Amino acid sequence: MELFRSHVLVCGGTGCVSSGCQKIINKLDEQLKKHEMDKEIQVVKTGCFGLCEAGPIVIVYPEGAFYSRVEEKDIERIAEEHLLKGRIVTDLLYKDAVVDGQIRSVDEVDFYKNQTRVALRNCGVINPESIEEYIAFDGYKALGKVLTEMKPEEVIDVIKQSGLRGRGGGGFPSGLKWDFTAKAQGDQKYVACNADEGDPGAFMDRSVLEGDPHAIVEAMAIAGYAVGASMGYVYIRAEYPIAVERLDIAIKEARKAGLLGENIFGTDFNFDMEIRLGAGAFVCGEETALINSIEGKRGMPRPRPPFPAVKGIWNKPTLLNNVETYANVPQIILKGADWFSSIGTEKSKGTKVFALGGKINNTGLVEIPMGTTLKEVIYDIGGGIPNGRAFKAVQTGGPSGGCITADYLDTPIDYDNLIALGSMMGSGGMVVMDEDNCMVDIARFFLDFTVEESCGKCPPCRIGTKRMMEILDRITEGKGEADDIEKLERLAENIKVSSLCGLGQTAPNPVLSTIKYFREEFEAHIHDKKCPAGVCQSLLSIVIDETCKGCGICKKACPVDAIAGEKKLLHQIDQDKCIKCGVCIDKCPFRSIVKQ
Amino acid sequence: MKSIQELEQIRKAALEKVNIRTDRKGTRIVVGMATCGITAGARPVLMALVEESKKRNLENVTVTQTGCIGVCRLEPIVEVYKEGEGKTTYVEMTAEKARKVILEHIVNGKVVDEYTIGATEK
Repeated sequence: MELFRSHVLVCGGTGCVSSGCQKIINKLDEQLKKHEMDKEIQVVKTGCFGLCEAGPIVIVYPEGAFYSRVEEKDIERIAEEHLLKGRIVTDLLYKDAVVDGQIRSVDEVDFYKNQTRVALRNCGVINPESIEEYIAFDGYKALGKVLTEMKPEEVIDVIKQSGLRGRGGGGFPSGLKWDFTAKAQGDQKYVACNADEGDPGAFMDRSVLEGDPHAIVEAMAIAGYAVGASMGYVYIRAEYPIAVERLDIAIKEARKAGLLGENIFGTDFNFDMEIRLGAGAFVCGEETALINSIEGKRGMPRPRPPFPAVKGIWNKPTLLNNVETYANVPQIILKGADWFSSIGTEKSKGTKVFALGGKINNTGLVEIPMGTTLKEVIYDIGGGIPNGRAFKAVQTGGPSGGCITADYLDTPIDYDNLIALGSMMGSGGMVVMDEDNCMVDIARFFLDFTVEESCGKCPPCRIGTKRMMEILDRITEGKGEADDIEKLERLAENIKVSSLCGLGQTAPNPVLSTIKYFREEFEAHIHDKKCPAGVCQSLLSIVIDETCKGCGICKKACPVDAIAGEKKLLHQIDQDKCIKCGVCIDKCPFRSIVKQ
Repeated sequence: MKSIQELEQIRKAALEKVNIRTDRKGTRIVVGMATCGITAGARPVLMALVEESKKRNLENVTVTQTGCIGVCRLEPIVEVYKEGEGKTTYVEMTAEKARKVILEHIVNGKVVDEYTIGATEK
């Protein structure tokens, strides 16, 4: 590694890759060569900075200048003005980075100021493909510490005392899980990492693997030592090519450095790991289905007990944790259980990463201490709802979770509070909805996902969710029947208690919670045949009001010839022909066409 | 990896390369690099400052640039912000002078009076 006077960090997370960061890196390299600065300035491709909405993001150190939505054409200016002459290009900075003409560094921006980054601490700071950079920020120090100074039981005690709970959604105390696996009898044990992140809108685990893959390698080696396993598997979906590639590089580099393999740190501890690619079935995020899939079998769950801690991969005791859970482990070992348990609430310790999406200004990845309120996340960090629309609900926990309404925005986020509200932490998707979202449609969206993803092994999930889906379909089509809500509720309860695995047991949650908080919206669909948010196509009619000048533009634009009318006279829409595409609304110069 | 010591060595070496990205307190050396500075020869000065700090393994020293400081006729200008000390402005710098500033001012803590704006403007 060379010493450079300035570092230009370019976000290389999936979000920024799609918005063109590679072009920016190429252009930067070209410009640095042109100005003969390539020996003094280093360009580093990092993991996700979190503020995906403002991507591609470029940060220049030592100034900490935070450029957002950078385009290829901006690079010439950044190179000539900032890198060569030292004049920060103010108009390209992130809007929040300039206050009263003063340039603030990246840590002072509102979006980051209110966050506590533990699992994401290296994301956007280091080059994920360089083991040296990980080591520079205390990487593998925790592994060295446990191997040379601690007994396996002591490691488990630290994890227990820290209060760390599973970040995959269930919230099971991690220390207990480690303890069970350590105490289970077996000649061979395994450590596995669940990176099969499948909730719509969730990308926390992907970002950790893309931005800080060595943290997972290190944590799994620590876990291997604690429970007595010599082999680890990371189960990750093939849809995450960048994460897979960087994790693969990390494993190879760790092997080369002797941090995986035999006699690590001169001790008699041996540990190695491999990647297993999943084909992207949601059910494979369920632990027993995941284990089947690792073994090369069809990804279907089996009844528990026996739990994986007793009978896991190849029927051997297996410790299975989620990516984010592991990402916390090295920090807990280094800074101590007391440090970790000082963050968060009484029963939920530490931080949680959320993927913030939907109707929100700062779409992206945030990490907050447990106990932060929903309001702080949505308004202070997320920057509120765009276009001045009103907040309606926030969906957490993806297809297993539920909606939380404005009345509960002051609720501190932790495992137990969210469950009490009829939602759940889940893996950390947080989808914000405004008044333009129809809650029946949202319930239908999430149920549609679980119907598709149900593996089909047990009838309550396979058939039950399908029946619920049919009821929701007819409600949104204006054919809802008087007792549909009760039918949905009864089905939901039955599916919850009788399904084999977590997928079915939680699948009805989005429907139940929307009924709980937005019953009147369901009733409006069923009894009045109206969709108050104006989303459900079948319940809408598009009409032309008296302000129509008879210009005929809408008539020409209509793809199905549903509009009739003489020139300069009031036009009319044939409701039987109309497909509610809305083209006429966009075309009308007098705004005379409205949805009803 | 055979020992903690080995890891620590790698860590120290690597940290030097990347700690520019952490929030650091310490000495900031700023070079005026607007058009005026560059024409007057600020780039060799900047490079000399970087090389000299690198050679002497100076931790907590950041070399950075800024725009026009205002007294273009005295460029290249170098300003040193040392913790607990005010700002020192050196003017009409050269690579040679820059090396001397690193040695005398940054390492030995003695301001090189003869290069400062005060001395030149008497």
